[in-house]
Amino acid sequence: MSLMKRISLIFRSKANKALDKAEDPRETLDYSYQRQLELLSKVRRGVADVATSRKRVELQVNQLEQQAAKLQGQAEKAIGAGREDLAREALTRKSGLTSQITALKEQQATLQGEEEKLVLAQQRLQAKVEAFRTRKETIKATYTAAEAQTRIGEAMSGIGEEMGDVGLAIQRAEDKTAQMQARGQAIDELIASGALDDASQLNAGDDISRELDALSSTSDVEAELARLKAGSTPQAIESGDEGGDILAAEPETVRAEGEANEGGRA
Amino acid sequence: MIVRILGEGQYDLDDHALDALNGLDTQIEQAIDSGDEAMFRTALHGLLSAVRASGSHHQIDSLDESDLILPPPDATIDEVRELLGDDGLIPG
Repeated sequence: MSLMKRISLIFRSKANKALDKAEDPRETLDYSYQRQLELLSKVRRGVADVATSRKRVELQVNQLEQQAAKLQGQAEKAIGAGREDLAREALTRKSGLTSQITALKEQQATLQGEEEKLVLAQQRLQAKVEAFRTRKETIKATYTAAEAQTRIGEAMSGIGEEMGDVGLAIQRAEDKTAQMQARGQAIDELIASGALDDASQLNAGDDISRELDALSSTSDVEAELARLKAGSTPQAIESGDEGGDILAAEPETVRAEGEANEGGRA
Repeated sequence: MIVRILGEGQYDLDDHALDALNGLDTQIEQAIDSGDEAMFRTALHGLLSAVRASGSHHQIDSLDESDLILPPPDATIDEVRELLGDDGLIPG
């Protein structure tokens, strides 16, 4: 039982040290209770901090996923325009994003785990603090120096161990959250610097986006032109009521109607 | 016999269930001494699973001290070494 024993001995000695300092054991009870309440509010803050970090990671994942989807769209567009080089570049950037997304999702899971652990720790500590408060009041009410010493000792070591455990959980969660925050910041900076940026933004100013912009604006212009041409033809017919064009168009319309009627009958 | 898994809470265990855990505990110690992270991980997980399987949750609002305390499941060797150092990880 060596390892388990050693750890529990260390926990015990910490609790005893706190007790040894006390001149009036009842003051120790009150002091310990204060510290328990402080620890409880620290745990609550810890839960909130971890939740905030987790939400931030979630937002970043969403952001990166959107960018990955855009890059995918751009690759398809580039292929459509016969620009394999551009498509390759877009897909390369997308794969860079994909690995970031995977890493972020792992962190998100870790943070979720920490959050759940802290919530449980909070419930445990809350139950114990409640029990301690009741015990403390009983001890103080029936205080006789002889018996109080042992009863206070029992109560203190029980709660001391729980506080040590929860304190440890908080400390580890804080460390992990700090790591995530540093990483999250790095990703924010990457996004801000444009290194992870999608190529579709006009002001992104990178080569893919310029070429794609050029490509898509060319094809947009063509499409617009085609639309305009198609739109202007009927207008010309209407305005030229007496023109020869309408006579040429009429038989076609009649024929089309006739086909439709035959289709209907069949 | 009360066993605490750090970060998880306390479990009640029969005294005889403890004998089975001794072997794993020794393995963990050896892994820590030799710095073998993989062996440490396997042994720690085995030990914690055994405690969870053969124990039941100790009453949450009791103020009892544990007879034995175990590191959290995701602890590294370094963290356990710090735990064992008197002024290590445990907040005062």
